[in-house]
Amino acid sequence: MPAGAFAERGADLELVGIQKRFPGFTAIDELDLTIPAGSFFALLGPSGCGKTTTLRLVAGLEEPTRGRILIGGVDVTDTKAHERPVNTVFQSYALFPHMSIIENVSFGLKRRRIADAAGRAHEALRLVELDHLAQRRPQQLSGGQQQRVALARAIVNRPALLLLDEPLGALDLKLRRQMQLELKTIQEEVGLTFLHVTHDQEEAMTMADTVAVMNKGAIEQMGPPAELYESPRTVFVANFLGQSNLFSGDVVDSTGTAITVDAAGARLVVPTARARRHQGSVTIGVRPEKVALHREAPVESAERNVLGPGHVIDVSFSGVSTQYLVTVPGVGTLTVFAQNIGSGPVAAEGAEVWVSWDVAHGFGLDDDADSAPRFAADDDTESIAVHRREALVAELEEH
Amino acid sequence: MAFAAFATAEAQTQAPKRKSRIALFLLLPGIAYLVLFFLAPLISLLLTSLQAPREFGDIGQFDYAFNWQNYTAVVESYLPHILRSFGYALAATLLALVISYPLAYFIGVKARRWPMLQGLMLVLVIAPFFISFLLRTLAWKQLLSDESFVITSLKALSLMAPDAHFTGTPFAVIFGLTYNFIPFMTLPLYTTLERLDTRYLEAGSDLYASPFTVFRKVTIPLSMPGIVAGTLLTFIPAAGDYINASRDFLGGTETQMMGNVIEANFLVLLNYPAAAALSIILMAVILVLVGVYVKRSGTEELL
Amino acid sequence: MSGEVQAAAVLGDLAGSEARDPGSRPPRRRRIGLGDWLLPAYTIIAFVFLLIPIVYTFVFSFNDSLKSNISWRGFTFDKWLNVCNVEGGAVCQAFGNSIVIGIAATVIATTLGTMIALALVRYRFRARSAISLLLFLPMATPEVVLGAGLAAQFLAVGVPKDMTTIILAHTMFCISFVVVTVKARISSLDPALEEAGRDLYGSPAQVFWRVTFPLLTPGILAAALLSFALSFDDFIITNFNSGSVSTFPKYVYISASRGIPAEANVIASAVFLFALALVVVAQVSRTARAKRLAQLG
Repeated sequence: MPAGAFAERGADLELVGIQKRFPGFTAIDELDLTIPAGSFFALLGPSGCGKTTTLRLVAGLEEPTRGRILIGGVDVTDTKAHERPVNTVFQSYALFPHMSIIENVSFGLKRRRIADAAGRAHEALRLVELDHLAQRRPQQLSGGQQQRVALARAIVNRPALLLLDEPLGALDLKLRRQMQLELKTIQEEVGLTFLHVTHDQEEAMTMADTVAVMNKGAIEQMGPPAELYESPRTVFVANFLGQSNLFSGDVVDSTGTAITVDAAGARLVVPTARARRHQGSVTIGVRPEKVALHREAPVESAERNVLGPGHVIDVSFSGVSTQYLVTVPGVGTLTVFAQNIGSGPVAAEGAEVWVSWDVAHGFGLDDDADSAPRFAADDDTESIAVHRREALVAELEEH
Repeated sequence: MAFAAFATAEAQTQAPKRKSRIALFLLLPGIAYLVLFFLAPLISLLLTSLQAPREFGDIGQFDYAFNWQNYTAVVESYLPHILRSFGYALAATLLALVISYPLAYFIGVKARRWPMLQGLMLVLVIAPFFISFLLRTLAWKQLLSDESFVITSLKALSLMAPDAHFTGTPFAVIFGLTYNFIPFMTLPLYTTLERLDTRYLEAGSDLYASPFTVFRKVTIPLSMPGIVAGTLLTFIPAAGDYINASRDFLGGTETQMMGNVIEANFLVLLNYPAAAALSIILMAVILVLVGVYVKRSGTEELL
Repeated sequence: MSGEVQAAAVLGDLAGSEARDPGSRPPRRRRIGLGDWLLPAYTIIAFVFLLIPIVYTFVFSFNDSLKSNISWRGFTFDKWLNVCNVEGGAVCQAFGNSIVIGIAATVIATTLGTMIALALVRYRFRARSAISLLLFLPMATPEVVLGAGLAAQFLAVGVPKDMTTIILAHTMFCISFVVVTVKARISSLDPALEEAGRDLYGSPAQVFWRVTFPLLTPGILAAALLSFALSFDDFIITNFNSGSVSTFPKYVYISASRGIPAEANVIASAVFLFALALVVVAQVSRTARAKRLAQLG
């Protein structure tokens, strides 16, 4: 059977006014979400943002406090997990340790009394290239193999909706890439609706055609990955999805095409179309790779925002690019990613530099950097490192 | 739990091979003790079971011989006791399993979110251990005697025939065995259920299995080590027990088990070979049953 | 993330019953799960069943009974205050014997068992499986066989039965349980701790007494308590090897036919309360410690 025959059309998923409260806290508040059939949708957010709860609500492993869940237009809010046309690839894989691989994969088919369960299970295993291990036990497989079995166990049932709960979290980088590709291929071949939950922005961006960034139980922004990256709507999105240099200030000038923001004396221009707010105090930003580093003051131009002079306080070389931290007095610290096109760094630590970027690359946010502190889950090493660095930078500035 | 503990330790094979003299020093006293006071007695028992009465000797005087007829003799005279022993033990084991499983499931799975309650319930499970085995059996005897409130009430409600008894019947003995060995069943069940990863249960329901099917196909197989250990820890002592079946406790003349006749032959009739032969039969049957059972249930790694 | 999943799973169950918004749609709850009320109710009934004989024994320790303690004759503290006055103190004598035997057997079995456990985990040697079998068999042998076997041996060798034979017998069946308990503890120890001790210039003896032994203490203590409990409550093996020496269970067994005095209930109740207090304190402090650790982490 060609892989295409697996494709039983995926179904729309609709969440209407979902609220989920646990004693003591609200995990999800007023969530409305529609995922069209056949799409690969990623819910991206830090741990504790409610994304896993959302997934469990869809799977039927949790009940919403309020709201309705519809799959393919059918209200499934009051049906139990085993009655929903949904399958999950669990984060821990949850392969039954007392059953062989083939027994695991045919488990769902047998429950639904589907004819030729074994044959279909073997086909699914062939799809993930593990049919030769059908008689093994899950414990005898590597992490990557287990992950593929978990995938086969889910898709063999041809669910209307496939839920992926950080399925790549436990894999090493190389396997991860491989699995990402494989998942994407299978999704394209099978044509199911995929709902993928992850905290890994790269994973979300490479795989999904629509990404929803979730924070504190609500969706902050939703759209194609490139759109989210190029024009983030909120401070949270700007910082969680990649890195951003953010500046706050009052709008001092506004034409039909651009607004000018006074950031501690520096005048920064953002196209009106790329700014969410056009008056009062606003926060604007630019991605570090869009920023250029200059050893001498660049020529003033209407097309470029220029900041400087400032000092390089840190240089870290990472192969394809070099990351510079530049302090501009009054404005703050910027991160600059420079492609290693030449040989050796452009500027050494302590060097006096200017930075500039194309006006068209800036974006204006909907909220303020101060009102929503930089995302920080305190168990996350990355954010700890960020805080450390910020503290160090602040200390350096004082001297 | 004891059985399970042996299994986990066997996995520890990376122990370094070094200083075997220290190992010898550590092992020797304990192993010698077990050889002297466990293995040698078993051999004594085997030899005793083959003894023949001393010619013109007194009661209780025997000589070493190869009198295997002792075995046929005890089987002839005590076949009902032998059958009763294993029958009662089997019934009590099954009852204890049925009673203990939901209890262990509640403590081990449902009560996970309240560790304090979980701990206190565990204490309640083992609480019967803290009061004398004999006294708690006697307590049941008194609570269920013909004059007791329970029995008179049952008779008043015509749920029991007016001339029926509870104590002294096989039911009473099985009841006593079940009660006394429930903690032995519950604890190993609890140990495995407490470690049961509930995500497997979620995976089961995600794969279209109803709660009952999840229980049958996932929960039960995953708790098999606990079931095997619990049934062994119940069945073995229950088969050899003679307190519950004793006339002074819950039993009667028609409920005597192997333990009772071994005791009577050894300590009262001083017929040591008969007692020894019965003991050997008891032990052999148990070892065979346990071996077959463990093999059938696919948990060899327990031993 | 797995923490999040688990917390969500745990909290989710709670939320099902407690956190439902009263203002939301009426709980058109899909069939109420059996486990929601049936299992807790069953658990309560099971515990009542388990505790009935204990409560009975305790209540009848206050019975103003005559010789046999079967029917309720009124409340009195007398039996608790004058435990040793009945039958010339036979109950107390038996109880004292049980304590002595329990302590002796516990000390010997815990020492020998801990040594074996250490050897089994820390060293490799041949005959390992044979030794494992030798340790397992006493636990898989019915007590009546153990008792009869030892009695047959003592008879064959011509050793008179007294306190010593009881202690020898009890030690024998306690060793295996000690090994199992201590071994579990050693296996859960991180070998790196001992290596760290050696790395920090500890001689093998110093490492053992300053690192390994303190870490093993909880396991050894648990094994000792288990041994004592097994020895104290043992009747079957004792009965075969005690001769004329009385222990508390033996006293109860012999008195069963002619009626057990309320003083026996007093002793059993006192032991019960003592053991219960011990276990509850240990359990509560352990849970509290786990809670504190969880908060730190």
